[in-house]
Amino acid sequence: MNRPEPPSSDGVKPSLLRRIPLAFGAFFGLLANADLAARYAEVRDGAVAPPAAATAAPAPGPSVLKEPSPDAALQLLALLQRDARLIDFVGEDLSGYADAQIGAAARLVHEGCAKVLREHFSLVPVREEAEGSRVTLQAGFDAAAVRVTGNVVGQPPFAGSLRHRGWRVTEVRLPKLAEQHDARVVAPAELEL
Amino acid sequence: MSAPRFAIGIDLGTTHSALAYVDIAGSDGEATVHGTLPIPQLTAPGTVESMPLLPSFLYLPHADEMAAGDLVLPWPADDQHAVGELARSRGATTPIRLVSSAKSWLCHPGVDRRASILPHDAPPEVARVSPLDASTHYLEHVRNAWDHAHPEAPFAQQDVTVTIPASFDPAARELTVEAAKTAGCSSLTLLEEPQSALYSWIEASGGGWRKQVQPGDIILVIDVGGGTSDFSLIAVLERDGNLELHRVAVGEHILLGGDNMDLALAHGVARKLAAAGTTLDAWQLRALTYACRSAKERLLGDADGSAGTTAQPIVVPSRGSKLIGGSIRTELTADEVGATIVDGFFPQVEAAARPVSRVRAGLAQLGLPYAQDAAVTRHLAAFLGRQLGAVAELEGFGARIGNGAQGASFLHPTAVLFNGGVFKSALLADRTLATVNGWLAAEGAAPARLLGGADLDLAVARGAAYYGYVRHGHGVRIRGGTAFAYYVGVESSMPAVPGIEPPVEALCVAPFGMEEGTEAELPALELGLVVGEPVHFRFFASSVRRQDSVGTLIGAWAPDELQELAPICATLPPEGRSAGEVVPVRLHARVTEAGTLELEAVPRSGGERWKIEFDVRGERQQDA
Repeated sequence: MNRPEPPSSDGVKPSLLRRIPLAFGAFFGLLANADLAARYAEVRDGAVAPPAAATAAPAPGPSVLKEPSPDAALQLLALLQRDARLIDFVGEDLSGYADAQIGAAARLVHEGCAKVLREHFSLVPVREEAEGSRVTLQAGFDAAAVRVTGNVVGQPPFAGSLRHRGWRVTEVRLPKLAEQHDARVVAPAELEL
Repeated sequence: MSAPRFAIGIDLGTTHSALAYVDIAGSDGEATVHGTLPIPQLTAPGTVESMPLLPSFLYLPHADEMAAGDLVLPWPADDQHAVGELARSRGATTPIRLVSSAKSWLCHPGVDRRASILPHDAPPEVARVSPLDASTHYLEHVRNAWDHAHPEAPFAQQDVTVTIPASFDPAARELTVEAAKTAGCSSLTLLEEPQSALYSWIEASGGGWRKQVQPGDIILVIDVGGGTSDFSLIAVLERDGNLELHRVAVGEHILLGGDNMDLALAHGVARKLAAAGTTLDAWQLRALTYACRSAKERLLGDADGSAGTTAQPIVVPSRGSKLIGGSIRTELTADEVGATIVDGFFPQVEAAARPVSRVRAGLAQLGLPYAQDAAVTRHLAAFLGRQLGAVAELEGFGARIGNGAQGASFLHPTAVLFNGGVFKSALLADRTLATVNGWLAAEGAAPARLLGGADLDLAVARGAAYYGYVRHGHGVRIRGGTAFAYYVGVESSMPAVPGIEPPVEALCVAPFGMEEGTEAELPALELGLVVGEPVHFRFFASSVRRQDSVGTLIGAWAPDELQELAPICATLPPEGRSAGEVVPVRLHARVTEAGTLELEAVPRSGGERWKIEFDVRGERQQDA
């Protein structure tokens, strides 16, 4: 029973309930075992390219993971440092300070972060309903925008209690940078003459 | 040139500039298609962001201070200056390279406004700029921003209105026009800021303004910006069944604004810290000023929800990277804000109160002539008192002065319009209105209504754009013409008395209320000009003498009746005459379409005319 049955052409297909532990098992199994992963890749590629076309070795597909450009991240970091002193704040060891001192600095950081968010992003909740209210998701809902948790069984519509409204950025307004600008200097050193 | 598609309004402010526009073709009557232009500007080296306002600051960086490309803008610009937010933030740490308040310098009669004098405390190696250049830089930046956003409708082909304080003298007006021309305005008009605020209110009402004012109303516009306070009175008349607006009076030039208030608070808090043993350096004081501004806004109830709190914490960040260990925490209490801002700048004074002026110490002072009395309400009381007779000659208003308000000691406004960021605080607006209404109640008059709904930051730019549209015949226009009568000083022909300066009489050359595009008649009195030599005349303006016509000679006047401006200067070219010859001329005044005053010297015979220049060189500089 604890050995996954190979998918067969004679019509016995695993149910959804069966497929969930299967998928989790496969995920960790593939992650841990390179040989298993290689065999899986064979099976999967075989499914994509039918055996009839197996004469040509399948070209490695383009990577599905994209490499983010560091520029925008560096820019945001620079803004958070400039307006909220975030790097300074997080970089400090809190153990020597009283909560009142930390609180005073946190005010600066809070105000600054709020300014950066307000000026550079337009944020709206993903769901307009109040948190705690009952929400029903119809079939075909956007799984990227709503994460269902808890007793996730059966078929949509899913009814549940809204725990967090989520946030969606509707507009990003990052400053434009000069061609030669070195974004890695997120805060220049200051030398007073 | 094709007909302009946009009416562009530029608020060239002391601390911020903004651009608004009305799409002339797309608008229909009082339903206008309008907007404001986000202005791309450097906010950090090599970083360009669009913001609704352009801080009116110019930074002159050291040659090694910026890396290559740090001053790059969306449009090609080769000049090595920074304008806007970067200039302001850089300048806060290096004030010797920062040009600020250029507009206040532009109307400072004590300095040469074409000379490179700013930043005025810069060391010799900094290549300074003139107040005129600085204003030109701001206008050029705004123009480039427009051309970048609207390549299909070049700035030079649009109708441009630039706003100025109502109290600007003729020389400052002419310099503003010169700056705008240099920056590429071809069709240009000047508009007084308080009028612009009222235009914006009219536009925003979408036609509803006719229900909110009645004939007989006198609207007091109180405009307290970042650096200046400006007052105007606008009367509402009915003529042929239509409502007409007449600007009947403007106030003096008062260098007093929101920035002074923030600074006053910061110094108060700094004193409190000093008493507890913590002294702040200049950098920390600036950070404290910034923190005080936000705390003040919260305490005065212009941020949401937190009105009614008694104290706001203030944290002055450390300059180094030890944020928690190095920051200084204190607080600003509602009582301190009340004492410093509400009672310091808006005290509840009597209508008879007048600004206190201290005797200035020495002549060495070359800084800006800041208002000596910080109380806006006292300046306001003085303005209304001085303008008691402002509507006496306007039809339908005689009764107001004669019967209803017999014995009135000041002009009674019936409505108030606020403008300027200071009045984002409802508390300050309420206090000002309550003070004015207290004066009215004391003389048995009805309280003034508040005309609400203005956008306090952008109203001036919006109103200016709307005015450009109105000038195309699409709405009500505020009338009024020049808000001053102008005079030249002539030495009276009295026998000389040893030890006594011959008394000066004032000859009226331009009466009150000259409309744009009109000319004054020639006065009968002739003045002698020496050929080939610059001849200076003393020059005066009056905001109260409405009845004088061209040629009126005044022998004596009350101190605040006539205000002496910088002198005017005429130079007759020696062609066809021998040098040293004295030519009798008469002075002829004209108000241009743009709204500037032009004076010409007209000789008795022949069709020649010579332009008379406003002296913008400043006496003190000449002496130096």
